Amino acid sequence: MDPHLEYLLRLADNALILGQRLSEWCGHAPVLEEDLALANMALDLIGQARALLTLAGQREGKGRDEDRLAFLREAHEYRNVTLVELPNDDFARTTVRNLMMSAFNVELGKALCASVDHELAQVAQKSLKEVRYHFQHAADWTIRLGDGSDESHHRSQEALDALWPYTAELFGRDAIDDAAEAARIGIGWDALEAPWRAALDPVLDQATLTIPAPSAPISSGKTGRHSPDFPALLAEMQYLQRAYPGARW
Amino acid sequence: MERKEWPLWEVFIRSKSGLDHKHCGSVHAPDAKLALQAARDVYTRRQEGVSIWVVRAEAIVASDPDAKPELFDPAEDKIYRHPTFYKLPDEVDHM
Repeated sequence: MDPHLEYLLRLADNALILGQRLSEWCGHAPVLEEDLALANMALDLIGQARALLTLAGQREGKGRDEDRLAFLREAHEYRNVTLVELPNDDFARTTVRNLMMSAFNVELGKALCASVDHELAQVAQKSLKEVRYHFQHAADWTIRLGDGSDESHHRSQEALDALWPYTAELFGRDAIDDAAEAARIGIGWDALEAPWRAALDPVLDQATLTIPAPSAPISSGKTGRHSPDFPALLAEMQYLQRAYPGARW
Repeated sequence: MERKEWPLWEVFIRSKSGLDHKHCGSVHAPDAKLALQAARDVYTRRQEGVSIWVVRAEAIVASDPDAKPELFDPAEDKIYRHPTFYKLPDEVDHM
């Protein structure tokens, strides 16, 4: 197992799978403006996934390009955290997840700008602008939903409580983080927890939401062990490539 | 059931090489900050601009279309208001 490749796949698959989930809102968002906003965010993430999967394919050296990696792997080969593969559920849950992931991506992006892998650093610089906007958008909505009506407050708090245990996986350090730091390719994700909380807590406070108690990790997507919802996501995402291999239009 | 709609905001965008904000459409949003974000997401996807103004539609006061004759027709035959009869000296004639 090549730790550098694993590290890249974790980044790439987070972007790919979250992009896939957000794209499911297209045509179904509560209002037209959010239909566009969520689709725009999905496109940003898919763009990041393209760049990162290309880097991963080059690192792997087996001739797999971004498309083959995106659409033709088996479930256990994906390295996204479980948080991003969970169903969208309602707008509150989607918003709270966007808040958590975009805050994480901002801190991660800032750190990766210093990577010795120059191409990765360039991808990080470009992505940073996009995820800063994602965070702004999610924060504004979280505040309005949390400090909103009884229903929106209730749904946002439920979303926060339900998703919080999945964030522990983001910050659990393992051998891949060790190797990435040793090679100065990237930061160990455990180091991101403090700045993540520093960004998140003021937003949750202003949203009048209660921050859940700490939780032990309950998920392990970044090691390839995914949740029961993952196969259905892959079935939809991979359908076209598998039904019509090499299709072009 | 009473239908509640978010307020309507008119959106004005200034392009990279432009000097003025041009009206490009409208969005519905509950407040000013989200109106700006909605305008950014809806109206700047194709690099249409670098600056956004949003204005509550109800804040805009418009002229009455039926009053067009008295408001605008009188200017039609007053050509002396146009700066086209003054010949600039050659030294400054490159404006």
